[in-house]
Amino acid sequence: MGKPRIAIITGYGINSDNELAHSFALAGGDPRRVHINDLIARKPALSEFDIIAVPGGFSFGDHIASGRVFANKLKHSLAEDLAKAADRKIPMIGICNGFQVLVKLGILPGAAPATVAQGTGEPAASGAFVQTTTLTYNDSGRFEDRWCHLSGVPASKSIWTRGIERIYLPIRHGEGKFIPKDAETLAALKRNGQISLRYCTSAGEDPGEGQAAYPLNPNGSVDHVAGISSSDGLIFGLMPHPEAHMLATNHPQWQKLGLKGEGEGIRIFRNAVDYVRGSAL
Amino acid sequence: MLTRIEVGQKSPSTDSQARKILATLHETFGFSVAKLEKAATVSVYTLEMDLEGKEKERIARELLTDPITERYAIDAHLAAAAGDGSFDFLIEVGYKPGVTDNVGRSSREGISDLLGRPLADEDQVFTGRQFQFRGTLTRADAETIATKLLANPLIETYLIRSKQEWAAFPSLPKTSGKVAFEHKPEVRTIELPESDDALQRLSDEKVLALTIAEMRAIKAYYASAETRAHRALAGLPAEPTDVELEVLAQTWSEHCKHKIFAADIEYTDETGKRENISSLYKTYIKAATEKVRPKAPWLKSVFTDNAGIIAFTEEWDVSMKAETHNSPSALDPYGGAMTGIVGVNRDILGSGMGSRPIFNTDVFCFASPFYDKPIPEKLHHPRRIFKEVHRGVKDGGNESGIPTVNGSIVFDDRFLGKPLVFCGTGGLHPAVLNGMPSWQKTIEPGDRILMAGGRIGKDGIHGATFSSAALTEASPTSAVQIGDPITQKKLSDFLLEARDLGLYRFVTDNGAGGLSSSLGEMARETKGPSGIGGCKIHLDRAPLKYAGLDPWEILVSEAQERMSFAVPPDKLAAFLELARRRGVEASDLGEFSGDGLFEAYFQGKLACSLAMDFLHDGNPKLHLKARWTPPRHGEPPANFWASRDLKADALALLSALNICSKESWVRQYDHEVQGMSVIKPFVGEKADGPSDAAVVRPLYDRKEGLVVSHGIVPRYSDIDCYHMAACALDEAVRNAVAVGARPGTLAGLDNFCWPDPVESENTPDGQIKLAQLVRANQALYDYCVAYGLPLISGKDSMKNDYGRGKDKISVPPTLLFTVIGKIEDVEKTITMDAKAAGDVLYVLGLTRDEMGASEYFRQLGFTGNSVPKVDAVSALALYHRLADAIERGLVRSAHDCSDGGLFTAIAETCMAGRLGAKVDLAALPAAADAGPLPPGTKLFSESQSRFVITLAPQNRAAFEALFAGLPFSSIGQVTSGSDLEIRDGSSSAGAGLIFSAGLDEMFASWRRPLDW
Repeated sequence: MGKPRIAIITGYGINSDNELAHSFALAGGDPRRVHINDLIARKPALSEFDIIAVPGGFSFGDHIASGRVFANKLKHSLAEDLAKAADRKIPMIGICNGFQVLVKLGILPGAAPATVAQGTGEPAASGAFVQTTTLTYNDSGRFEDRWCHLSGVPASKSIWTRGIERIYLPIRHGEGKFIPKDAETLAALKRNGQISLRYCTSAGEDPGEGQAAYPLNPNGSVDHVAGISSSDGLIFGLMPHPEAHMLATNHPQWQKLGLKGEGEGIRIFRNAVDYVRGSAL
Repeated sequence: MLTRIEVGQKSPSTDSQARKILATLHETFGFSVAKLEKAATVSVYTLEMDLEGKEKERIARELLTDPITERYAIDAHLAAAAGDGSFDFLIEVGYKPGVTDNVGRSSREGISDLLGRPLADEDQVFTGRQFQFRGTLTRADAETIATKLLANPLIETYLIRSKQEWAAFPSLPKTSGKVAFEHKPEVRTIELPESDDALQRLSDEKVLALTIAEMRAIKAYYASAETRAHRALAGLPAEPTDVELEVLAQTWSEHCKHKIFAADIEYTDETGKRENISSLYKTYIKAATEKVRPKAPWLKSVFTDNAGIIAFTEEWDVSMKAETHNSPSALDPYGGAMTGIVGVNRDILGSGMGSRPIFNTDVFCFASPFYDKPIPEKLHHPRRIFKEVHRGVKDGGNESGIPTVNGSIVFDDRFLGKPLVFCGTGGLHPAVLNGMPSWQKTIEPGDRILMAGGRIGKDGIHGATFSSAALTEASPTSAVQIGDPITQKKLSDFLLEARDLGLYRFVTDNGAGGLSSSLGEMARETKGPSGIGGCKIHLDRAPLKYAGLDPWEILVSEAQERMSFAVPPDKLAAFLELARRRGVEASDLGEFSGDGLFEAYFQGKLACSLAMDFLHDGNPKLHLKARWTPPRHGEPPANFWASRDLKADALALLSALNICSKESWVRQYDHEVQGMSVIKPFVGEKADGPSDAAVVRPLYDRKEGLVVSHGIVPRYSDIDCYHMAACALDEAVRNAVAVGARPGTLAGLDNFCWPDPVESENTPDGQIKLAQLVRANQALYDYCVAYGLPLISGKDSMKNDYGRGKDKISVPPTLLFTVIGKIEDVEKTITMDAKAAGDVLYVLGLTRDEMGASEYFRQLGFTGNSVPKVDAVSALALYHRLADAIERGLVRSAHDCSDGGLFTAIAETCMAGRLGAKVDLAALPAAADAGPLPPGTKLFSESQSRFVITLAPQNRAAFEALFAGLPFSSIGQVTSGSDLEIRDGSSSAGAGLIFSAGLDEMFASWRRPLDW
């Protein structure tokens, strides 16, 4: 096949679309920035793409709550197309505000296999996305721009984090504290390999508990969760910005470390591009 | 029908806003924990629209509430649900009618999406915030909390309920925020009286801010036979309409015409020598750029457009502009500052054919947040100004998706009367668009006038010259604007798309002066047959936020988030269609003409017809006097140094507000959205060292970059504004050079913020203040020419005073100098942090006894007289050589010496690198003609054009060969330890050891003051 076609959704305050498009291009994809209203009008339709990406930004200014109003828009105008895309088993990613959107829409973490596998093995019915986790105000009560060490969870099913043990990326958010509905939800996510990325120390260890974990865990996320995936590993969301580390010169200490060329963040996008290429074989 | 929905947290653990408020009340307001033990926040949405019960339920559940962490109540109160005892005082805050309610607007759009139907214009959502406090607080305490922390009475209302009141009547009113006032818009004729007194009174009463000479010029215009004949023919009254007077007042305002910079000035210097200066702008600023221009072929558009434009690569240009938003920030610091940043973003969007904002810069000047004297009436405490201005710029920049890459915060208690809020933006755009150079733009007669973006309300009418007493509960708030970054983001996405499709011929922003200003300027750009353009505007076609605006108000309203376009008639349909698809409101307001008239119609009837040449060039010039008398300040006593504990002084200096770490504030800005960052505001081992300059890489696949930096030292104005300006300029340049920029590739932006320099009853010292302005301009000319540094854009704000008589507070004369320039290869840039133990530490540049107005003297209550001076010739040689050394990869770190002198620079180099150093001041390069300097002077003098640099030992020889003949020397070494050890070999005592300071103690001092 040719290069996988990637829809980078734009509009209403999304703002990390240019660098995300460039990151996908560096990873070997064929990105196209598409305004949400054009997707709703199906000019072009989501069905024309192999990967869907919801970039970071401040959709609707984070008003009411981050990602909520944009999620509401998707739910009432694009839910069917999104459900079809999920049925087509194509990779989707939501970064920062995009992650908040997918979580509030309930696409992430999505129905767990245990609750949908009642005989059919099919995912829950289209449009039946239910929100079971949330991303809310940082414990610090403020927006912060801060680089974080992250560790890939070995048991993660996410095709996006394959082979990633450690990665260094910035967070830039005020509402990134991950909270599952209850302990069972978290346990199920762990059990199903849906926890993909966690905040850690520069040595890869857990940042500690409570206040002591700050700023390594920059927002107070439960279990230091920074990124989760759907149970099939195709849909992935994370608060840190891999597209903000697309070039080595984005790294805050690149001079001292002598870094050159591509940034670490590209690994995540290359995983998805390679996955699409692999499944087309 | 009003529906009230409350949303609160299920558990206090997710109420981080309440925690933050509680912490502020404990720490800043001094409330004890017993007095305020608990707080909770609730969001309040008032829906003014017809809804069924099921719809209300869906809106509350699906749109407004997070199912995991929140709960809601519809037409009921969460407080009641919690039972009494949940609070002792409840405070609810809402906006006054007409104030921009961004959350309300997004909620409205969400409701429309959820219900699957468009809402009517009158269907609206108003938002409020409720705070519940538990503790032994009194009603007076609650009032304090409401007015000093939670609400700004200028734009917000609040109500307070005690526990007892709530028990007796557990209900809060449903309040519509709709603007309700009965007014039939009309055009009035204003008779111009005969006498000067009456003319001046008219100007004052109508807040026209016109001088008597200007009023006379207007009277003469209307009295002329030509004008009379024209008006009779056009069916207009002989006397001016209110629309015409307002347009003239706006066009001739100091803000738009820069009358002081254009004035004829008779300047007398300290020797009594007299000089006539015809326009400071032409004589110094424009002249400097013209002189430098032959050496700067990369200049494209200077001073004429909304921003300066320079070439970046063959295919791309960059633009930059910096603005101030001081008065609005004094009144409503949040809204004022946010409007400042989103306003300057629009300047970039309106530069050339439209430039995409790629970075913001911000510089604030405040009084100390720890100011403990009484606050004059109508002013906010500087701590509140600081927090709210910061929040406004943070929200404005972050929500717009534009990284804040460079800035600073300057403290001086004279900024109590007027904080200074400088906001800058850089943009990127294709050099050629549709076959034409994109920095050029024209308008043809017949082109349509399009306005796109937000709607017009009474926001910002007459800028900030209003009196807050004029505000009442039911009247729309007319003076304060709150930015709406999301409406603007939609507008800017649309604009760039329309630009690339060639859907318009000209674009500019609506800022100060509103449509009157933007269309007046555009009419001027229209190429009529006679060479003079014009426009015909239909004011009733402009979309309004609410009915009842008079035509003149529509014309001069400064409602935000609007751009004006000239659209060729054959592109009109495509322009409107794209706007519709992008959810942007665009309106066709009329057409540009070639008849030399600025005309406005209301309901089909001509309401304004002014000759373009009179409108733009009819204002009389100011004639002003300036006289310079240098001040003499006291010096410290002769035995001063003998009594000083230099270690204690050095650590205290790290806690000076102008030197200490601003990390906790700056980290709240997004520094790197758009993915271009190469050098961020924070650098070093733990990313907490303050970088000298920002470097961005606008084109991801190219190595070229842009450097951005600035200089600002208002305290030097206490001695001489000539040197204040020279030092600000030098600081900006050396900051850029410190990361690897080269002089000759840099362009400058000048932003003057001055106290009123026009002599008058209330400004008896006007001649001195004007002389200070003259001297600052002379320095700008001298150093721009010496450095080969063209000025590309600038702005002045000339009335930064508060009050009258002995209570008057004037800001110190302040120049912010910003530089932007091209870097050939970003991969060769360096940062300020020490990189490795064993590296050699050098100082470049001469250290002189220049303690005058230094931070060190300031801390001890002295001003002194030896203000730092810039030796341009030797500085320029040094800068070129340093650029060579960095390009050759010889240098590992470079940091400029500025506030606090050499000690601060070395301390920051060590702290950022988490490395120690051993330094011997005896080796410091010093002027040959000067005697030995005391160690304190060496450490704290603020001599300009100096750097602290580190390099690997193997590069010593190459480096020293490069700098032969220039003032430099090795003064020590970077160590792996955690101490900064400072000696002065020439000192007799204790083998020269002056002190040794640990990184930990330096960090503690440096972080303490502003780490909140």
